[in-house]
Amino acid sequence: MGRLDGKVAVITGAASGIGQATALRFAREGATLVAADLNAQGGERTVSECAASGAKAVFQRTDVSSETDIKAAIDRALDEFGRLDILFNNAGFPGPMGPIETVPVEDWDRTMAVLLRAPYLGMKYAIPAMRRSGGGSIITTASDAAVRGLALAATYSAAKAAVVMLSQSVAIETGPDRIRVNCVCPGRINTPLGRGASRPFDAEIERQMAAMQPIPRAGQPEDVANLVLFLASDESEFITGCAYIVDGGRMTGSARLGLPGMSVMGFVGPSFQR
Amino acid sequence: MGKLTGKSAVITGAASGIGRACALSFAREGALLVIADLNEHEGTATAEQCIAAGGRALYRRTDVASEAEIKGAIEQAIAAYGRLDIMFNNAGVPGALGPIETIAAQDWDRTIAILLRAGYLGMKHAIPELRKAGGGSIISTSSAAGLRGLGNAAAYSAAKAGLVILTQAVAIEVGADRIRVNCICPGVIDTPMVNRGRQGGTEETLTRLAQTQQPITRVGRSEDVAAAALFLASDDSQFITGTAISVDGGFNTGNGWLGPREQKSTDFRGPSYLR
Repeated sequence: MGRLDGKVAVITGAASGIGQATALRFAREGATLVAADLNAQGGERTVSECAASGAKAVFQRTDVSSETDIKAAIDRALDEFGRLDILFNNAGFPGPMGPIETVPVEDWDRTMAVLLRAPYLGMKYAIPAMRRSGGGSIITTASDAAVRGLALAATYSAAKAAVVMLSQSVAIETGPDRIRVNCVCPGRINTPLGRGASRPFDAEIERQMAAMQPIPRAGQPEDVANLVLFLASDESEFITGCAYIVDGGRMTGSARLGLPGMSVMGFVGPSFQR
Repeated sequence: MGKLTGKSAVITGAASGIGRACALSFAREGALLVIADLNEHEGTATAEQCIAAGGRALYRRTDVASEAEIKGAIEQAIAAYGRLDIMFNNAGVPGALGPIETIAAQDWDRTIAILLRAGYLGMKHAIPELRKAGGGSIISTSSAAGLRGLGNAAAYSAAKAGLVILTQAVAIEVGADRIRVNCICPGVIDTPMVNRGRQGGTEETLTRLAQTQQPITRVGRSEDVAAAALFLASDDSQFITGTAISVDGGFNTGNGWLGPREQKSTDFRGPSYLR
């Protein structure tokens, strides 16, 4: 018995990283999948790996900045598989890096379109379909940058924080329909986006990523996929309006005391207490 | 292979309610359990049910107000199973209820002792054993009231909020040892403790509260919390630490429930503590 037996899921950004790992995890638990992404090569690979687990899966070319494309991805699930149970708004985008005063307005707009507007559009089209299916689970990939602002990535942080609040508001609206709306907040994860796309996961970057949070290893896409699975399944049917963090403790607390070798005398607390 | 096969867990307050549901859930996944509770009759019954469900379990009388008894429960796990992998600080009471100016100091102290100090003591004595096991998971039962204050339950709220930040602080300390520290914030769950603390009212009151105060319009069940606890206890959550995960039907979501479906939005009134 799989934890998602009989459930139909649409996953955006399913061609790589967290989206791909989640699609594969879902497939192993009996879900049927629409893998939505701009990247056809990656998307088809996700589909064939899902099929190798015995799951039904199709690729749907989707640009999440297009309302029509998002609607089409939802419609693909309904047309092909007759229902929609799970929507994972996951397609990601790093946005402009650097101080806020250097951010061109076009980059702000594009970041918001992919990271905030796309989840809203996903919810807009998924909710009526889920109502007809008797309920469902909408999960959006936010970030630990939604919990605490990330310097030099203010656009990204703002979009991710907004999506957490969007989820809360929508959760209130759809609770009685048995549609749950939650976010996951990953820390630094070993994906193309998490590493910086051109970098492979070599020993040096592994060492850097392991030093970024109390748990001394790089986060892996499977860490996020396991959390998304929990939120997608009926096990979490009493959970809504939440943002669950999966970041190895990176955003925990107010000071990084956890660096190996740092003595208590080296502890510097929050500045407002000095 | 269950998700917790061969893993040893101490669960306080496991004789009833959320603790019992979690013990059964862990047992079904092959865990080795110490049912640590004041109630010998219910605790022994829970242990028997856990064994029937596929785990191993024993009852250990534990008053979580006593450091020696918390230490004893952990030592019992080591003696019986040779290891400790999971410490679940779950024992709870409603504590001193009513307006703050009416709370007697000894009732405040007892509430804090059972709900917050016991969490610290569980962590204190579990951490050395979890280190020996190469890592592990510490879970504490906080509450929705630990994230948003609940009127007429200020001692409870303060203690539960303390658990959330205690969890964060300790998570930073022990992350390098692969020990994860998290807490669960249940909302309104139908348990003996909640029913005792409700000071009257019926089953209908709890249902009506669920229908009017939260998006998911049913009362929470211990099994809802147990599913989250199992996730936090298992290796599925090995990159999750320092967090507080809500299992509350959306009780804490937003700035208030929109009201029963038949109400117009102009009739919107939030939960009583926000008025």
